[in-house]
This record gives sequence, structure tokens and C-alpha cells, in this order.
Amino acid sequence: MMNRWQFLKRLTPLLALMVLVLSACGRADLSALNPQGPVAQEQFGLMKLAFSIMIGVVVVVFALCLFVIVRFRRRRGDKSIPKQVEGSHKLEIIWTVIPIILLIILGVPTVQSVFNLSKDHSNDPDAVKVIVTSHQYWWEFEYPELGIKTAQELVIPKGKIITIEAKTADVLHSFWVPSLAGKIDTNPGGNANRMYFSAPKEGVYLGKCAELCGPSHGLMDFKVKSVDDASFDRWAAALQKPVAMPSDPVVAAAFESKCLVCHAVGDKGGPLYPNLTGIGSRDSVGGILINTDDPKYSNEGSTYDNLHRWIENPDDIKPGNLMGKIDLTQQELDGIAKYLSELTLDNEK
Amino acid sequence: MDWLTTVDHKKIGILYLIAGGFFFLVGGLEALLIRIQLWKPLNDFVSADTYNELITMHGTTMIFLAAMPMLFALMNAVVPLQIGARDVAFPFVNALGFWTFFFGAVLLNVSWFTSTGAPAAGWTAYAPLSGPAFSTGHGMDYYVLGLQIAGIGTLIGGINFLVTIINMRAPGMTFMRMPMFTWASFITSALILFAFPALAVGLAALMFDRVFDANFFDPNNGGNAVLWEHIFWIFGHPEVYILILPAFGVISEVISTFSRKRLFGYSSMVFATILIGFLGFMVWAHHMFTTGLGPVANALFSIATMLIAVPTGIKIFNWIFTMWGGSIKFTSANLYAVGFIPTFVMGGVTGVMLAAAPADFQYHDTYFVVAHFHYVIVGGLILGIFSGLHYWWPKMFGRILNETLGKWTFWMFYIGFHLTFFIQHFLGLLGMPRRIWTYLDGLGFNEMNLISTIGAIMMGIGTIMFILNVVITNAKPQNAADDPWEDGRTLEWTIPSPPPEYNFKQTPLVRGYDAYWKEKMDGHKGMTPAEPIGSIHMPSPSILPFTMSLGLFITGFGLMYSRDWTFITEHIGFYIAGLGLLITFGSMFLRSVYDDHGFHIEPEELEDKGVKA
Repeated sequence: MMNRWQFLKRLTPLLALMVLVLSACGRADLSALNPQGPVAQEQFGLMKLAFSIMIGVVVVVFALCLFVIVRFRRRRGDKSIPKQVEGSHKLEIIWTVIPIILLIILGVPTVQSVFNLSKDHSNDPDAVKVIVTSHQYWWEFEYPELGIKTAQELVIPKGKIITIEAKTADVLHSFWVPSLAGKIDTNPGGNANRMYFSAPKEGVYLGKCAELCGPSHGLMDFKVKSVDDASFDRWAAALQKPVAMPSDPVVAAAFESKCLVCHAVGDKGGPLYPNLTGIGSRDSVGGILINTDDPKYSNEGSTYDNLHRWIENPDDIKPGNLMGKIDLTQQELDGIAKYLSELTLDNEK
Repeated sequence: MDWLTTVDHKKIGILYLIAGGFFFLVGGLEALLIRIQLWKPLNDFVSADTYNELITMHGTTMIFLAAMPMLFALMNAVVPLQIGARDVAFPFVNALGFWTFFFGAVLLNVSWFTSTGAPAAGWTAYAPLSGPAFSTGHGMDYYVLGLQIAGIGTLIGGINFLVTIINMRAPGMTFMRMPMFTWASFITSALILFAFPALAVGLAALMFDRVFDANFFDPNNGGNAVLWEHIFWIFGHPEVYILILPAFGVISEVISTFSRKRLFGYSSMVFATILIGFLGFMVWAHHMFTTGLGPVANALFSIATMLIAVPTGIKIFNWIFTMWGGSIKFTSANLYAVGFIPTFVMGGVTGVMLAAAPADFQYHDTYFVVAHFHYVIVGGLILGIFSGLHYWWPKMFGRILNETLGKWTFWMFYIGFHLTFFIQHFLGLLGMPRRIWTYLDGLGFNEMNLISTIGAIMMGIGTIMFILNVVITNAKPQNAADDPWEDGRTLEWTIPSPPPEYNFKQTPLVRGYDAYWKEKMDGHKGMTPAEPIGSIHMPSPSILPFTMSLGLFITGFGLMYSRDWTFITEHIGFYIAGLGLLITFGSMFLRSVYDDHGFHIEPEELEDKGVKA
């Protein structure tokens, strides 16, 4: 017995090192191992505890295994019959009790955390309420208290508790921002799920859909943008302002007759599909075409190029999405892409 | 023709092995295509639709059409021999079980060749994506009807083994003297008895939704989509244990034989097996922590799930202590068995990690989960099956698989396996969801996915090496000894390899645990017979199991296309379905009215026919 504990003692630095290495793993805006908010932090704490226990278990079992197969391998020509042991009550009780103790060590914080993370903040006056509605294959974010709706980019004030009411418009999806919080499914029918999280630091965090929802399930990305309070207020106010139509009358006519049937900008258009107000200031088109002036990968490009690509053939980007190819002339296509890429929100300082 | 009409459990075992092995290759090919698609970011090797068909069919095929049949192959080949029985309790039903599985499997795979393609809603077929509104082609119909028909086979197979093990043990073979593999098969069969009806009900409800416009899972018309999750996992979680328990049984046999030691802590092994079977039913909702069942349910299912680690831990340590002090011989079979232990421990510990609900909010539906269940199912079950196949191959076919090639196969497959799946734990934690068709560049997933794909290719090569081994071995003469490993402990090693069709000329008398070993230690050459040599009653072969299943296959086809086919009259599909049912019920009618008493093998024949079947 003495030996075993010494063994564990020697193991401790190794475990500590593992935990350290793990905690610096992955992109800060994406990895569950690199939490950026208190909810993800709490989940990561539980993961670290479980990791440590389990690495301990694995190391002990591996060591035993290795010892046994090296020590007791049959020598050539060995015909001896080993002693036929029935079992040992003492040993069997030991390896029943030790796992139970380990499970208690893991189980108690698990239960605490389950209840802690299921707190309902929806009546908290300081919390920001967001109704998340998932669609094949995009995300709608409604702020009922502010009376605004947006898509693909969830803008939040930093540090505030965000309380999510998750619903779906069609099939099951799952709302997941790994570096801020775990996921919650969006169920069809009446039962909306709730979760909460907060992001103390400003930044953009990547969100994903985690429940198989059709061909473009893997492409249903979104962003969570944490900004300071003043900036958030300006953004919310800007989103409510009316928006000017394209200056070129041909483009304006096409935009109104072909785009605004489904989409909304400002106070015009339909609410069925992603709200386009401020699309020019978003980080991406469709969640996966990243807007950047310095493209490195095939899914990156300038805002104009990305919009152009998307409108030209949405099915190429997200197979199975409901937009389909819109019948536009080259002039209309170029004009609408240009108009939308310049449709920015005046919320910077 | 002989193979279409056989009711001999050994031949049915071989049929299961061939069919299961074939679908293992199909599922493996699907897996390789998936891995090729993911080897680099933004790849478009297959389309998004095809990708979803591949993941759905890979899961469904591997679980239902490869793993379960291969387990049934081992159970059929071994269980009656281990308990000293001449056959299973219901040989006719046994054949029926195989043919319904076979035709269900064929029906499911026919979907690849139809215009609307294979099912694409995931192997879990979550509603409403699997419902008529979102899966408009016939893919999901194939899933529903194919699995329903294949499920019948599994269910009656399970019942058959329950009755066989309860009723047909040789004199002296008490429950606490049964070999571990038989025990595991017994508990597995009990799990099948309780779990498969749940699947049947779920599939029937989904079939009503799809074929007859019902609304079980359609929330817009008063149905409930979460209901499907519950029904599916009430079946689906026990299914995991249905798969793994027989593998546990195999490992117990192999490790004990090749350590020349009796199983350490036999009674605690039995107890642990029963406990795992029982707890397996209590924990289905741990697949649904993110569904929003509320903190009370999540806490309860968390703790219940963690508890399974205790009996599983007992088993692991008992295996290690079976080897302790033994004389371990590393045959290919034993390599797989010994390799199984650390692999399964790793799958087990990640299972406990997943059971912590708040952490599962991060793991759920990511590659962490993919890694976990592949460690359990490939690293546990498939290594177990390979171990069992190498171990019992001489008993089933009279030939020993090539040991050198067997060891090469093991290392190729084993290294490939760890390369594929170990790294996926980290992919999941770094934010890669599962079931994604492609991933963006620059997220840090590239290298790990590439390594994973290389590992998968190695596993593919390993599998091909195994097939090569089978082919080479098959060309050699049938000369395996009765007890080719020389350390056989259980009854199957007391009879010739392969056994004659009646298995035991005289039913053996069992005098203790590890019956054959006990006789050997007491200096006896073989078992003491429990009866004089007499005429042996055998069941007649019959084509009816085949026709019954064929009828169901036709029915399934007809139902699916009941709406589309109108070339002679409307709803012609329903007439075809009716014709299929007529064939099935007609065969059942024939079976009922035609009294078949079977035949007898007389004592003289037993002598001059020698031993080979």
C-alpha cells in the first residue's frame, strides 16, 4: 500500500503539468479548454477535476497491466500450471470502494454545478434577454426588451449576464459557444430552453450548431461579439434607424422586389429570413465566408466579394439552404452586393 | 441450397459471420470515405448530402448490420457448445432470426441505389429531421423498415438464447458454473428482450408518421420531437451494453485460457455483468443532457451513469488479476484481449467524464464523444470480436488462423485505431462538432484531422490483412486438434474441431466450474458422459425461414412506394406489401399445419460417420 501512495505522489507533478498544458490549448475564441467567461470557466473546472481523476486511474491501470504482461509472460517450454486462484474478497472490495470514493469526489461538484448552471436569470433586471431562434441554416437573435432583431451575430454588452431563450423554427439544432458556455438544444414545439452566460472581455467568439440538422449542419456558424456598454447601446439604436435604399434605381427596384420579399433592412421588408440591417459591418457572410481584406483561405474575401459569392449561388456555399438562386442580371447582382457591403451600422466611436 | 435451409446453430453462426463481416467491410468503406472527406479543410470530395448519408449509414451499418451479427455469430457458434447442448432451443427460429436480419440489412442498403439516396438524418434519426417534412426522399423509409425487419431477427435471436441457456445446460452445469461468455450472452439476450421492443415501437411510430401521415413526432400537430429521443435512447443505451457484454465474455475466456489460470473473482464478474445490464437501462437520458430536461433529471442521470464505472472497474481489475501469477501466452487472440484492457479503460474514463452533465454541455455532439464511443465500440467490441474470432476459429472451421499474420494484423489495426481516435478527444475539446461535412481552414483542426485519416487508413489495411489471413487459412487442410490451444478450459474444447452436427455424442456431466480443465487436472482424458450412447434427435432443415423473411422484405418495399407507384392502379405499393405479407403468413401457415418430426441419428451411424459434420 505504501508503494502505491508514493507512486501517486510522484504522479502529481505530471498531472499538474497536464492540466497546465491543457488550459492553454486551442484558440481563445473557440476552445472549451480556453474559457473566456465564468460559465465556461466553471465547466472547465469540472473538466479539469474529471481529467485529473481519470488520468490517475488510467496511469494506475496501465502500470498494473504493463507490469503483469511483462512479469508473467510464459517462458519458452514452460509447462507448469499456475496456482488456480478463485479470487480475493479483500482485493475485490478495495477495487469496488476506491472507484466509489473517486465518483463521490467527482459527483458532488457535478451536482452542484448542474444546479448552479441551470439558474434562471430571465427575471433579473440587469440581465440582457435574447431569444435565439435557429433555422436551417442560420441564427436569429431577438432582443425583446429592445425591440430589435438581428441574425448571425449576437452582439452583447461585456460583463452583463445574457439570458438565452432557445427555440427552433424547424428541426433540432443546438446553440453552442464553446469558449463562453456549453450548448443547449433548440427544441421544436412549445418548450423553450434557457441558459445564461457572460463575456467579461471584449472580443468575437465563435459559435456553432451542434445538432445534426441537414446537409449544411456543419456550416451553421455564428459569432458572439462582446462590446462595451456604450458601444452596445449605439449599436442597438443604430439597428432601429431607417435605412436608405440603393441609389441606382435599377438596383433599388431589384432589391425591393427580389430581396425584401424575405429579408428586412431597417423598417422595410419581411421578417422571414435573416435581417440584413448592418450586414456590411458583420464579420462574415452566412457565418462562414469570413470578411477580411487580407484573404488567406478559400472561405475568406472582402465583404463585397463574399456577398457577391453568396448572392450569386447560395447553394454553393450552404447546400440545402432555402434561399436558392435568385434571378438577377449582372448589374443587379453587382449593385446589390455593393449596396449591402456598404450597409454598415454607425455604431463606432 | 444447404445453406438456405440449414437450422444447425454452427452453420447459422457461419452465415452470421459472413453477412456481418460483409457489412463490416461496407461500414468500413463508408468510414474511410468520411475520413477522406475530412482529411483537409473545405474539402469537397463528397457532397454535403452524400456525407450525411455516409455518416448515417456508417453508424447504422456498424451497429446493427456488422457488430450485432458478428456477436450473434460467436454466440451461435459457441454458446450451445459451452453449455453442452446439441443445438439451441429453437433451431427453426434461429434460422428465421438470421434471415430476417439478412433481408432487413439488404433492404436498408438498397437505399444507396435509389434516386433519393440513403437515409441522411443520422443513425439516431432524431425527429423532426427524420420526419416526412424534412426527409422528403425515401431514404428514411429504408431506415425505418430495414431496421424494423432486422430488429425482428435480433429479438427472436435473443429470446432463443435465453431459453437455450436456461433450459439446455448439460447435467451439473449450474448457473454459477457457466462459462463467462455464456453468462455475458445470457445477460445480453435479456437486454435484447427488453430494449428491442422499445426500438420496434419507435420505428413503428416513425413509420406511421412517414407512410400513413401520423403525427407522433410532429410538434405542429400535437406530436413531440423529444419523445423520439426518449424512445430511441431507452433502446439505444442498453444497446451499448448489448454490444459490449459479449465482448467482455470473450475477453474473460481468452485471458483465462492463455494465462492458464481460472478467472479471478468469477462470482464478482457474474454479479458485475448483471449489475451493468441493470444499470444500462437506468441511464438513457445521459444522451440528452442538452435537451433541456432540467437540473433534477440531469443530476440523477449523471450520478446513475457514473455508477456504471464501479462494476466495469471490478471487471477490469479481475482481468488483470487473472493474468497476475499466470503463465501468459501471447497468441493473436490474446494480443487482442490484452490490448482490449487499456483501450477499454480509456473509453470508460471518458464515459465517466461525459457523465458529468455540466461538462457534457461542452462535450456533447463534439468529436470528444466520437472519440469516446469509438474507444468503447471499436477498442472494446471490435477488438473483442477479433479476439474471439482468432480464439474460436479452429473450433468453427477446423483450421487455425495464421499466427504471424494475425499478430501483424493486430499491430496494424491497433496502432491505426489509436492514431485515428485518440486525437479526436482533443479535436472535440478545441471546438469541432461531430457530423460536420467540412470545417473551415485556420481553426487549428487541420493536422489532427489528417493524422486521424492516416490512422483510419491503417485500420483499413489491418482489416484487409485479416481477410487475407482468412483466405490463406481456408486453403489449408482442416487439421485443428480438439483442443488446439492446449489450455482449453470449457466444454467446446472437448469435442472435435469443427464439431459434428450433433455436437456431443453423449451429453457430458459437468462437475465444476471450467468443466474440461477440472477433468484434465483430475487426470481424465475427456468428460464423463451423463447418458449412454443413444439415438440423437435432429431437426429437419427448412426453407420456410428464408421465405418468411423474403415476404417481409417485399412488404417493406411495397409500403415505402405505396404513394409513388401508380402504373397499374393507385396505391399499388399496398398490394405489393399485401403480397409480401401473404408469403410470410403463408409460410407460417405451412409451418403450422405440416408436422415435421425431424430425424434421428442412430448409434451405429455415430460410430461409422466418424466425427466430421
